[in-house]
Amino acid sequence: MFGTHYRIERKSIMLAVAIMVVASIGGLIEIAPLFTIDDTVESDPKMRVYTPLELAGRNIYIREGCYACHSQMIRTLQDEVERYGPYSLAVESKYDHPMLWGSKRTGPDLARLGGKYSDQWHTAHLKNPRDVVPQSIMPRYNWLSESQLQTKYLGDDLRALRAVGVPYTDAMIENATADAVAQASPDDDTAGLVKRYGEATQIRSFDGDKGTVSEMDALVAYLQVLGKLSDAAHQPPAPTK
Amino acid sequence: MVSGLTISERQRSMAVLIVLAVIGLVMAAAGANRADPMQAHGFLVLLFSLGVLCFVLNGYFEPEPSATRLTSYYDDPSKAGIVIAMLWAVFGMFIGDWVAWLLAFPDMTFDAAWSSFGRLRPAHTTGVIFGFGGNALIATSFHVMQRTSRARLPDQFSPWFVLIGYNLFCLLAVSGYFLGITQSKEYAEPEWYADIWLVIVWVTYLVLYLRTLARRKEPHIYVANWYYLAFILVVAILHVVNNLAVPASFAGAKSYSLFSGVQDAMTQWWYGHNAVAFFLTAGFLGMMYYYLPKRAGRPIYSYRMSIIGFWGITFFYMWAGSHHLHYTALPQWVQTLGMTFSVMLLVPSWIAAANALLTLNGAWDKVRDDATLRFMMMAAIFYGLSTFEGSFMAIRSVNALSHYTDWTIGHVHAGAMGWVALITFGSIYAVVPWLWKRERMYSPVLVEAHFWLALAGTLIYVFAMWNSGIIQGLMWRTYNDSGTLTYSFLDSMVAMHPYYVARAIGGLLFLIGAIVGCYNIWMTIRRPSGASALTDDALLPANLQPAE
Amino acid sequence: MDIAHHTLVAFAKSFGLFYLLAMAAVALLYACWPGNRSRFDKAARDIIEDEDKPWR
Repeated sequence: MFGTHYRIERKSIMLAVAIMVVASIGGLIEIAPLFTIDDTVESDPKMRVYTPLELAGRNIYIREGCYACHSQMIRTLQDEVERYGPYSLAVESKYDHPMLWGSKRTGPDLARLGGKYSDQWHTAHLKNPRDVVPQSIMPRYNWLSESQLQTKYLGDDLRALRAVGVPYTDAMIENATADAVAQASPDDDTAGLVKRYGEATQIRSFDGDKGTVSEMDALVAYLQVLGKLSDAAHQPPAPTK
Repeated sequence: MVSGLTISERQRSMAVLIVLAVIGLVMAAAGANRADPMQAHGFLVLLFSLGVLCFVLNGYFEPEPSATRLTSYYDDPSKAGIVIAMLWAVFGMFIGDWVAWLLAFPDMTFDAAWSSFGRLRPAHTTGVIFGFGGNALIATSFHVMQRTSRARLPDQFSPWFVLIGYNLFCLLAVSGYFLGITQSKEYAEPEWYADIWLVIVWVTYLVLYLRTLARRKEPHIYVANWYYLAFILVVAILHVVNNLAVPASFAGAKSYSLFSGVQDAMTQWWYGHNAVAFFLTAGFLGMMYYYLPKRAGRPIYSYRMSIIGFWGITFFYMWAGSHHLHYTALPQWVQTLGMTFSVMLLVPSWIAAANALLTLNGAWDKVRDDATLRFMMMAAIFYGLSTFEGSFMAIRSVNALSHYTDWTIGHVHAGAMGWVALITFGSIYAVVPWLWKRERMYSPVLVEAHFWLALAGTLIYVFAMWNSGIIQGLMWRTYNDSGTLTYSFLDSMVAMHPYYVARAIGGLLFLIGAIVGCYNIWMTIRRPSGASALTDDALLPANLQPAE
Repeated sequence: MDIAHHTLVAFAKSFGLFYLLAMAAVALLYACWPGNRSRFDKAARDIIEDEDKPWR
C-alpha cells in the first residue's frame, strides 16, 4: 500500500519538476545573456540621473497609467525616426526602474518629448487637453495643480533606487526633499541642486505657480526631461572599448 | 458553508483571519504615519478579514459535518468560485466597456482622479484576467482534479484559503489602481505586499493540487491536470521573477523594480507573454480537455496529440516573449529568437485546436442543438485563429506595422473574448448543473442568447480593431511625393473615432451577454433540484444556498 | 566580462537547439510509445464514464 502510494506521489512530483525544468530553461537562456549585455551596448559616462522632482513626476506618470497610451521607445524604423526623433538606445533607460517603453500608442511616443513644448503648454494641456488640441481624447488631469507634492520621503525613494543600481550619492539622498522643492522654486538657493545634478538641470516653476510645489510641477519637470538625460542618441555611436 | 468545515478547520480559519486582520491593522497604522496610500489597503485587509471572520463565527457553533462527507467530492469552493468569477466578469467587462467609450468620448467620466482612463484600464485588465479568468480557473481546477483523480480534496481549509486569499489579492490590485498604487508593469501592476500575499496563496494552491493528485487511484494523471499544473507552476515562477523589487519603505506602497531598461523590458515581456501562455492558455486548455469531451460525451480525439501539444506549448512559449520588442533597443538576436519560436508555436497551438474540433466530429448535431457545446467549439476556433494571428504578428516586418496599434488590442481580444471567455462560459454552463445537481440550466434559451451576444460582440470588436489598427499603422508610415510624412499623429487619431465607437458597441454586447449568463446561473442555483437529479442528492443540505 | 557575454550567447544559441531537439524527441517517444497506448486510451475514456464519487 505504501509502495503504490509512494509511486503515485513520485509521479506527480516528477511531472511538476519536468514542467519547471522545460519551462524555465527557455526563459533562462533567453534572459541570462541580457544581464551581461551592459558590456556590449553603447555607454554614456555623462548620463544624468533623475532629480528628486523629476523622479516624483515619473511616479505620477506611473500612478496615472500614462504608459498605457504613450510609448517611450522609438523603434529603428525610418518613419518613427522622422516623426519622433533619433531612435531610442538601451543606455537611455539604464536608470529606469521599471522601464516605461510602453506597448501601445493611443497617443504619440514621448521618448523625446523634453523641450518640445513650453511649460505653459504642458500645464494647460494636462488640465484639459481639449483646450489645446480640440480633437484630443486624452483624459483631463486638472487636479494635479491643486495637489501638493509629497516630498517628505523622497530620500527613501532615492535610497531604494540606489539599492537597485542607480548611482545616487549620500548627499543626493540626504537633500532629496530640499532639492525637489528647490527645483520648482527658482528664487531660492539652488546652488546645491546644480552641484549635485549638473548644470543642465532645469530649474523653474513648471506650473507657473511659484508659491507651491504641486504634482503638476513634478509631472511637467519629468516630461521636460524625457530624452534629455543622455546625448548618446544624438551622437554617432562611440567606439566600444 | 461553514457547517461543512470541521471544528478544527473552523479554528484554523479563525486563526488565519485574526493574523490577517492584525497585518491589516499594522499596514494601516504604518501607512497613516506617512500619509501613504498603503493606509487604505491596510483598512481594506482589516475589514476583509473581519468580514470573513464574522461569517465563520456565525457558523462556528453549528454541528460538525458527518463522516459521510468523505464519500463525496468537496464542491463548495468550486461553487463559490464560479459565482465570484461571474461577478468579476460583469465588473471587469463593465469597466472595459467604459474605457472603450472613453476613447471615443473622453469626457464620459467623473471629474475625479480614480475615474481617469489610466487608472480604469488596469482595473479592466485585472478584473477580467485575474478576477474572472483566475477565479474560473481555480473553481474548475478544484472540480476537475477531484474527478480525474477520483479523490476528494485532502482537506477543506486549503481550498477556501486559496479562493478567498486569491480574491483578497484581486481586491488589493483593483482598489490599488483606483488609489494610484501600481508598479506600471503591465498585467503585474500590484505592489510588493500584494505580490508577497499572492505567493503565499499560490504555494498553498500548488501544494493542494499535488496533495490531491497524490491521493488518486490511477497511476496515470489525466492530461487536463498537466495543463492546470503547468499553469500553477509557471505562473509562480513568472510572478516571482518579474515582481522582484525593492520597496522605498516597508511603511509605504511604492517599490522600485530590481531590473531597469532593456533587462526590465525583456523580463516584463517574458512575463507578459507567458502570462498569456500559462494563465490564459494552459489553464484554459486544461478546462477544455475536461469539459469539452465530457459535454460532448466523446473521449478526446487524440490523447497523444494532447501530450505532444502540451510539451510544445510548455517549451516554445518561454522563448517567444521578445517578439513584443521588435526594432527596439533589445539585441537583434533575441528578437529573432522570439520571432522564430513564435512561428513554431503555431504547431502545438493548432494541435490543441484541431484536437478539440476533431473530438466534435460525429457530434455536430449536438453542437447545433446545444449552445453550451457551441461555446466550446467556437472557443476552439478562436483559439486556432488567434494563435495563427499571434504567430503572424510576431514576424518582424508584420510587427513593424502592427506594433503600438489597435491591431494588438484586436488580437488580444480575439484571444481573451473569443477563446478565454467563451471556453469559460461553456465550461461554467456545463458545470453549474452538475455542481448544484440540477437537470440542466434554468433557461437553455438564455444560454443560446448569451452565445449569440458573445459571438456578435467579439466579431464587432475584433473587426473594428483590425480596421483601426491597420489604418493607423499605414497612416503612420505613409509618405507623400515630396518624401515627408503625409499624416500627423492627430490625423490618425481622428480617423479612429468610428472604429472606437464600433468597438465600444461590440464590448457592450459582450457585457450584456455576461449579465444574461449571471441571471441564468442565479436562477439555476435558486431552482429546486429536478426530479431526475444526479446522484447523492441526499447528502446535500436541504436549503442549498448559492455562494455569497 | 565581454567574453562572458559572448560565451553566454553562444551557449544559448547552440545548446538551445540541441535541447529543443532532445525535448521534442522525448515528448514524441513518450506520446507514441506503443506500451503507453492502452493507458492513454483508458485515461481518455475514463473521464466520460466517471461515477460521481471519490474512490476512498
